[in-house]
Amino acid sequence: MSVATKLEVVDCDIHNAPRSRQALLRYMPARWRAARAGGGRLEAAVEARRETLGDRSYLGGEYPRATPRAARTDAWPPSGDPPASDLQFMREQLLDRYQISYGVLTPMLGAGEQLDLERGAALASAINDWQAAEWLDPEPRLRASINVAYEDGALAAREIHRMASDPRFVQVLLLIRTAEPLGRRKYWPIYEAAVAHDLPVGIHYGGWGRGPITGVGYASYYIEDTVGMATAFADQLTSLVCEGVFERYPALKIVLIEGGIAWLAPLMWRLDRAFALLRAEAPHLTREPSELIREHVWLTTQPIDEPPRATDFAALLAQLGMDDRIMFATDYPHWDFDAPDRALPTGLDRGVRERIMAGNARSLYRLSA
Amino acid sequence: MVVARADEIGPGERKLVTIGGRSIGVFNVGGEYFALRNRCPHQGGPLCQGFQFAPLQAALPGKPYTRGDDGAIIRCPWHGWEFDVRTGASWFDPERTRVRSYQARVVAGAALEPADAGDPVPPGARQPVPPGARQPVPPGARQPVPPGARQPVPPGAGEPAAPTGAAALQAETYPARREGDYVVVELWR
Amino acid sequence: MIDADIHNVVGPIETLEPYLDGHWREVVATSQFAGPTDQAHPPNIATSLRDDLAPQQGTAPGRTVATLRAHVLDPLGVQVAILGCDYGVESVRNPDAAAALATAVNDWQLAEWLAPEPRLRAAIVVAAQQPAAAIAEIERCAGDPRFVAVYLPVRSQIPYGNRIWWPLWEAIERHELVAELHFGGSAGIPPTASGWPTSWLEEYVDMASAFASQLTSLIAEGTLDRFERLRISLIESGFGWLPAFMWRFDKGWRGLRREIPWTRRLPSGYVREHVRVSLQPVDGPPDPTELERVIDQLGSDRMLMFSTDYPHRHSSEGLDAVPAGLPPAAEQRLLDANAREHYRL
Repeated sequence: MSVATKLEVVDCDIHNAPRSRQALLRYMPARWRAARAGGGRLEAAVEARRETLGDRSYLGGEYPRATPRAARTDAWPPSGDPPASDLQFMREQLLDRYQISYGVLTPMLGAGEQLDLERGAALASAINDWQAAEWLDPEPRLRASINVAYEDGALAAREIHRMASDPRFVQVLLLIRTAEPLGRRKYWPIYEAAVAHDLPVGIHYGGWGRGPITGVGYASYYIEDTVGMATAFADQLTSLVCEGVFERYPALKIVLIEGGIAWLAPLMWRLDRAFALLRAEAPHLTREPSELIREHVWLTTQPIDEPPRATDFAALLAQLGMDDRIMFATDYPHWDFDAPDRALPTGLDRGVRERIMAGNARSLYRLSA
Repeated sequence: MVVARADEIGPGERKLVTIGGRSIGVFNVGGEYFALRNRCPHQGGPLCQGFQFAPLQAALPGKPYTRGDDGAIIRCPWHGWEFDVRTGASWFDPERTRVRSYQARVVAGAALEPADAGDPVPPGARQPVPPGARQPVPPGARQPVPPGARQPVPPGAGEPAAPTGAAALQAETYPARREGDYVVVELWR
Repeated sequence: MIDADIHNVVGPIETLEPYLDGHWREVVATSQFAGPTDQAHPPNIATSLRDDLAPQQGTAPGRTVATLRAHVLDPLGVQVAILGCDYGVESVRNPDAAAALATAVNDWQLAEWLAPEPRLRAAIVVAAQQPAAAIAEIERCAGDPRFVAVYLPVRSQIPYGNRIWWPLWEAIERHELVAELHFGGSAGIPPTASGWPTSWLEEYVDMASAFASQLTSLIAEGTLDRFERLRISLIESGFGWLPAFMWRFDKGWRGLRREIPWTRRLPSGYVREHVRVSLQPVDGPPDPTELERVIDQLGSDRMLMFSTDYPHRHSSEGLDAVPAGLPPAAEQRLLDANAREHYRL
């Protein structure tokens, strides 16, 4: 492919990581660091308790992921630091290699999953400050997501207000498994704050709903976790639609990140049919679910669906009718990484490809020309 | 094309080489040599930088897991697709999903043809690895492998940029001598 | 024509009194206990009951075999219809009460449905939450060839593929019964990975996720490898979601197979071999041509089985609705052959 015909790439899902948990501590208030009188041993024990209790949550640990840190095994920098913790190596392996013009950071470091909500809020703030200092400042191609303690609407809104003035933060970040369905009112302050600053709310693969990862009990295998994440996306979007979140916040934009896309068309059919029968259950809905979804929802491509026939993929895009809403993502450095030059099937209309690879993200995240 | 001294690649080891503009992994599985294109047919990932495993099956859930020959399977470092190192066939679809494999064999130094040795490496082209050495690890760096993993993964030897100019006309070569055994990879059958 | 999903409705517990032993009759008469408190299809909900059925002498649809004859069997010319009784036995926590109810329901099915109406077959109702009791009930009923299946609510507390269920699968396979996963179930855990939804509308839509999770479990855990002769029906599950599900599961399997090394082929292969799906609710796209495409994407013309899902309502179409535009051979399979072969009728 000649340079002239090469398409621009915007990567909507990059999981940067700190070199260590300790690396984030310097961004947290002293209260959350081992800064007590009493000597080193007591401090360490106190800190250890905070770590384990606060982190006693689902972080993929119940389902050991396919590779260490769920990363491509070639994504470990020569320094030995964790994947995606080394900006220079990320430049080489991702940004420069694929000539990515913008990358959106979506660090998943457990802020929203903390049982100790205040600790989660402090961690979220630290993650956001760390993103700004160590990623956005040195690398102009990067943008960031506002981490929040999403199980507390007020704490989350506070952080959104704090970070919104930095235009390099392009969205709020939630996870797709939460303690209650995301349409429920406890999460409304998040949507309200996001809309106040005209920020999309990104909702990403993963998270912990305080119970089994399926509605039929605890799965046994990681493959059930990763395949089953599509059901989490479907059920959460159902909640957002049926609870009337889009009616209540007409300017709200939702980005569903790392869910793939093929599950959404069947969900829209199912929602529309159910709504036609069960309108009385949702009198606050003034329009069909599929219409609300097409108006309010964006999707990232990864992990790109791989139907057996090329015609199936083209048909999928036609069924979705969201050519202006689908945005490319690599999910670097994870093992299910989608390569910008190979992930999309061939044969797509060039205009559609351009929009998916860059145009839609530029529009949504207001990336400068 | 000579790619290594035979004793450079012991059982369970591998070497990444560039031949004819292609990145190729040369493997020793159970004393035999095999060569695979370092490019996964899925999305072009650096297949030969993945971990090697024994083939793994279980007759039934709850029955013991059965393992074949160590190192006979390589998994792409990206999506984990399993390929038979010896044949290039994928596990999940051996007939139709394969990685390009090349014939690799051991030839005594005395029996090497001039064509096997190739032309000397021109200045500015990638230097071949001196005999007896492994892929160099950056000084002062830890092994670029995940903690707990046992296999040293050759750093950064992915598909090279297409060579240009004089280098494009020269193959990467390996200086061979008359004594010792060498691993020879045939690019074309 | 075979109707793979038709519901006989118990209604109040008095229906079962002739089939309960003395102890449980006493409990019903003297305590608050009146059978299951939850239902797969709550009353006063539009999907629970069709509103286009002619009244049958004041008898609610599904309460008697006469209503089935009048509404479905006779007008549609059904040759065989398979009863699915969603009485909600799985929601009864007292294990002996649950088992007693299951036994009573099956005896009621025999006496008041299967005996008087030769066109009917039935699924054995079991207290699925007590596998030992469920197996005992299967052993008790399986000798009668009019029981062709076992009724399992799709929602459970532990996914059905888990090895803990294997004695149940062993019994089902040994007796050559079809395992039916049905819409509904009160497992007592939230029906989603993120807790309890607010409305029935959400629960109704979310049920597809339960079916997907159970299929994932059955395949990943190797239940379909361990019990190779198992036949599964998804009843009232819809199928519009199934192609995308198979694509996703196949994609994952190519890289993650080693975690489940007993699986011998792509997950979609297991689905096409072991699983059949009842037609209603048709949850595919509204456009008939697109619906045809989704049916084609199932990758097999053996998967869909005609059903009325009487007396539930899922659309404005008639009880005999069939997707338009199917090739004649595929339509014939859907109307008859697929269920006939799957249930060995």
